[in-house]
Amino acid sequence: MTLELSHLSRRFTDYPALDDVSLVIQPGEFLALLGPSGSGKTTLLRILAGLDYPESGGVRQNGQDLLAIDARHRKVGLVFQHYALFRHLTVADNVAFGLRVRPWRTRPKRAEIAARVERLLQRVQLQDMANRYPAQLSGGQRQRVALARALAVEPDLLLLDEPFGALDAQVRVSLRRWLRELHDELGLTTVFVTHDQEEALELADRIAVMNRGRIEQVGTSETIYHDPATPFVCGFVGKVNRIAARCEGGKLVAGGTMLGVDPWEGRHETAIVYVRPEHLAAASPNESQAWPARVRQVFRAGSTVHLTLEVATLGRVLEMDVFEGERSRGAWRPGMALRIRPRHVIAFPDENAPIDCGNREHPIIASSVRPIAIEP
Amino acid sequence: MNATVLPRTSAWPRRLHRALLILIAVAFMLAFLLLPLAVVFAEALAKGVQAFLAAIAQYEALSSIRLTLLVAAIVVPLNIVFGVAAAWAMARFEFRGKAMLGALVDLPFSVSPVIAGLIYVLLFGAQGWFGPWLGAHGIRIIFAVPGLVLASVFVTLPFVARELIPLMQAQGSEDEQAARVLGANGWQMFFRVTLPNVRWALLYGVLLCNARAMGEFGAVSVVSGHIRGLTTTMPLEVEMRYNEYDYVGAFAVASLLALLALLTLAMKTLLEWRYGDAIAAHAPGGR
Repeated sequence: MTLELSHLSRRFTDYPALDDVSLVIQPGEFLALLGPSGSGKTTLLRILAGLDYPESGGVRQNGQDLLAIDARHRKVGLVFQHYALFRHLTVADNVAFGLRVRPWRTRPKRAEIAARVERLLQRVQLQDMANRYPAQLSGGQRQRVALARALAVEPDLLLLDEPFGALDAQVRVSLRRWLRELHDELGLTTVFVTHDQEEALELADRIAVMNRGRIEQVGTSETIYHDPATPFVCGFVGKVNRIAARCEGGKLVAGGTMLGVDPWEGRHETAIVYVRPEHLAAASPNESQAWPARVRQVFRAGSTVHLTLEVATLGRVLEMDVFEGERSRGAWRPGMALRIRPRHVIAFPDENAPIDCGNREHPIIASSVRPIAIEP
Repeated sequence: MNATVLPRTSAWPRRLHRALLILIAVAFMLAFLLLPLAVVFAEALAKGVQAFLAAIAQYEALSSIRLTLLVAAIVVPLNIVFGVAAAWAMARFEFRGKAMLGALVDLPFSVSPVIAGLIYVLLFGAQGWFGPWLGAHGIRIIFAVPGLVLASVFVTLPFVARELIPLMQAQGSEDEQAARVLGANGWQMFFRVTLPNVRWALLYGVLLCNARAMGEFGAVSVVSGHIRGLTTTMPLEVEMRYNEYDYVGAFAVASLLALLALLTLAMKTLLEWRYGDAIAAHAPGGR
């Protein structure tokens, strides 16, 4: 079942939670809504669940108006951030809730409910916890109960609100891999909300990056990471160095070093280039186009070394990540001088500079000023 | 429920403080709570069990017991309905005048019960605003059972609501939304999720409300008219007997009233003991 969200807008008293959001969700897709808090991602999820309504716009499910259907009849499974388990009911009763509240004509028989609950608890690996109360479970276990409860009603769409937000780091990683496996097994269209870019990049088939009630970009994790459509996406997904650059004589120049040809052919005077820490590398001695730098701090995290570098010609500190192999172990020391050069940069015209073409309100995504990835 | 465990320490000033505080608390309990209670029972039985039983078996005593139970039986359900409705409205919705409603719920606590009683006399008494109309239609409110009920409702109004509002606000409405998305209709959501979530607070509210409804004197006294055997509840009966120098009779009824209060307390303790774990698990923090 394809979900088509078109031009959804929702205003809260003081700010727009959703501002003209359109999105198509494919059947069986695992989609992440990624954004900082207040970006509207949870509002979007709540609208899909029927707990909130947009002021304008529509949601169609296989051509049917989803917004006209009450939350109770939408066949949507929702897992709340804090799970919202019924604390007066046992795990098994929690899972059975959605089946027991059905009108008697469609309600499965007692024995069938019990069997279904058992199957679900097996699936979420909690068959031994059936008679416990939520208060007696760990965070990860509660999360799986919430998931089993949502799956019990055999939803067409599974919605997860910050599914791993309340868990500690180790449980989080193992649970999200497990969830991905479960999704591949069930093939259920799943939308989850997260502010954790790592989570989104690892789990989702596609990611919709949201900011201030708008969708900035929709794409696979590779696209989002390597070809961000807007400076916001670039800065929000992954770490990034932000460097001011100038367009001079058909070239893009920063700190006296040429980064590549001017992608806008003279239409912009200034630009901002974004360089991810892993895209900075030490330049060979005979390389003329490189920044002289001095290592300020060295942080070793296993095989990766995080360096902070002072670059005098740029007048700022850059972050660089390098892989430390067996041979180069211990080669990085604070104070050492080197020359660095970006292997890959993403350039956007400077938002604050005057722009001579395109829409002033959305200069970044105007077609003539598309960001250019430069591979020197 | 949650005892704070202080670190054991041998520093003597600390021990002294502890002993002193405990002593003060226990002394107060003895002097102001247990002693009067003991006096009530001692006075009631001062002339023997026979006299005690005879005092209770009188028609006026029995009718006051019946009336007290009747008033409580009407007032408590009304309170539950109002309390749950008010708490629901306050905890779940934003509306104009919400702060006002919150203040109004507390009004009976801040207004003297005597004034509460007087309000009803001024409204429904023979000379009151609605008095002539009520009189013309043969409806008696003041100096009759309806007046007693109204006065008791006014006085006990905050009990259930005050227990539920903070709890429901703390719990939020996520559980109810979850029930909704799982397909529950309004009634199922209320009876299977909302009510169980607040059942212990509700029970406390009901017990407190019941104790107050049975023990209320001031407001009830004003609207009762003290018609023996008709409009005297137990507290009023106690006062009337005392004023008539019938000490055994007064204390006999008083001891029954005290017994009802003790019974309420015992029920509360029993529930806490029996379901202590469940109550702890249902506390807002125990998610």
